[in-house]
Amino acid sequence: MTETTRDQVGARRLLADMLRVRLMEEKCAELYGATKIRGFLHLYIGEEACASGVLDVLGPDDNVVATYREHGHALLRGIPMRAIMAEMFGKESGCAHGRGGSMHLFDVSRRFYGGTAIVGSGLPLAVGLALADVMRGREGVTACFFGDGASAEGAFHESLNLAALWRLPVLFVCENNLYAMGTALHRAQSQTDLCAKAAAYEVRTSSADGMDALAVRAAALEAAEGVRAHRAPHFLELRTYRFRAHSMFDPDLYRDKSEVEAWKLRDPIPALATQLREVGMLDEAGYAALEAAAEAEVADAVAFAESAGLEPVASLLDDLTTPVERSATGGADAGGAR
Amino acid sequence: MRMSYREAVRAALHEALVADPRVFLMGEDVGRYGGSYAMSKGFYDEFGPDRIRDAPLSELGFVGAGVGAAMGGMRPIVEVMTVNFSLLALDQIVNMAALYRHMSGGQFSVPVVFRMATGAGRQLAAQHSHSFENWYAHVPGLRVVAPGTVADARGMLPAALTYSDPVVIFEHVGLFNAEDDVEEWRCDLERAAIRRPGTDVSIITYGGSLPKALSAAASLADEGIDAEVVDLRVLRPLDRAAIADTVRRTHRVVVVDEGWRTGSLAGEVVAGIAEDCLYDLDAPPRRVCSEEVPVPYAKHLEDAALPQSDKIVAAVKEVTHA
Repeated sequence: MTETTRDQVGARRLLADMLRVRLMEEKCAELYGATKIRGFLHLYIGEEACASGVLDVLGPDDNVVATYREHGHALLRGIPMRAIMAEMFGKESGCAHGRGGSMHLFDVSRRFYGGTAIVGSGLPLAVGLALADVMRGREGVTACFFGDGASAEGAFHESLNLAALWRLPVLFVCENNLYAMGTALHRAQSQTDLCAKAAAYEVRTSSADGMDALAVRAAALEAAEGVRAHRAPHFLELRTYRFRAHSMFDPDLYRDKSEVEAWKLRDPIPALATQLREVGMLDEAGYAALEAAAEAEVADAVAFAESAGLEPVASLLDDLTTPVERSATGGADAGGAR
Repeated sequence: MRMSYREAVRAALHEALVADPRVFLMGEDVGRYGGSYAMSKGFYDEFGPDRIRDAPLSELGFVGAGVGAAMGGMRPIVEVMTVNFSLLALDQIVNMAALYRHMSGGQFSVPVVFRMATGAGRQLAAQHSHSFENWYAHVPGLRVVAPGTVADARGMLPAALTYSDPVVIFEHVGLFNAEDDVEEWRCDLERAAIRRPGTDVSIITYGGSLPKALSAAASLADEGIDAEVVDLRVLRPLDRAAIADTVRRTHRVVVVDEGWRTGSLAGEVVAGIAEDCLYDLDAPPRRVCSEEVPVPYAKHLEDAALPQSDKIVAAVKEVTHA
């Protein structure tokens, strides 16, 4: 395969990935209105280039830690859309058996560690996963996604320090969408250059346009290669924007409509589609085919979730603890991840 | 073998580090310094800086790193210098370690051991004298234990390492220099233990209050009152069967707990008695807890704020004379 065709395949895959996330989430919003999905629902719409570009450069041995706005990360890490949708419906065949919902998607087999919803809580977890990899002689990189809001948390500062101090292979991915829920970055943080914060801990940093999937992928590739080569952390800032409200409860009164509309002009999906058309890598039929495939996948996932069963109430207390064969002298041998 | 509580913990740590390469000790001053209570003295040279990992003053960060390392296949023992500082790490213990298995539908285990010193009695004043065992014992997903004897200080850590879920071990600062002859120390983390059998009244306690309860029982014996002293050992899950059993035999109960009375573990024990065996009681139960004030520095005030043997004796007399 020549370089060009490999790029073609890769770029088309990014477009397809973003479309799958977008259409899945638009359906989720609709299903929320129809009360099929309840609780919190944080949509990623507008930010899809970030997850698609970063996850594209990770392998199966790498770890991924994400936030409560993680539908896209979960899907692109390989969790079947059926399992994600069923989880949102609170069904037994959901990827957390209906215990987690939208904010707590997990898949141990894909090293997808959540789905954690206390802002900043994923960073220490990622440090620990990377520490375990180093101590066990594993090669993986731990990619940890979080938002600009997390950089105001103590956990951010403690984790960057630990990762740099202990030379841990963590790729910190800050999806800077400019708002921590309803509070603009400049209204919450004295230093709005988030790379400067990370650099204060002697962590390598870079920034990329989070509305451009190819730019994200290129930056992520370089960052991840740096982490692998130096066995040291990297802080990657992706400048992005959330088109929808923070959650379904958010009336979105803290930002001007014109600001949102201006960012929508930079929607990463049409942007990449246009780029591909301009260089002759995609035509209308090709785009329609990607869209149709994503629509079909969404329809299938919704049908699956609709028809899936509920976990029996009798299992409410299951899985609180790990069943262990225990000898009198100790030495049980259940690993961390089952 | 004669050993102190401190030596018992150190021996348990040493054994665990030798036995399992996945085990490592992480915390503030566990390495070069040798442990703020000298529990890991010499380990840094023996096992090296990777496995005796000095952490910066970042309780949230290194406790969370312990959670992540456990999920990544290691068996971390995270030492939080004292329960007082663990408040800075509560998010990772309560929101992460305790929840991950159930919240993920059983996909992830978090085999981490958190050790922390607890309790008052050394004139360390209000911010360094807390007993928050009850806070942790409130949380499903955690197993919470408190060694009150030298043998348990030796045995509870290896027992904790046989679990694949988070275990919190509270080591009471007042016990570190206690000595005992320890022959058999292997133990479970399931059951309470009777430390002194008796027939007239049950004194139920744990951790640092255990020696006070035993000393109260000794002076009560001089007055002809035969007290049974029950050491809870495991604060979550509570051994309710053992609690009900002793109450059914003595019909009178005093619960001693160094935490503040309101919302205390002692309250939970009494509530369990009310549910399980209320009609076996011949007198209303009594609780001996810390006074509801911050623990003061001055020795006489600190003593007055904490459960003491004389307070336990007085409470026992109330329930036995009722």
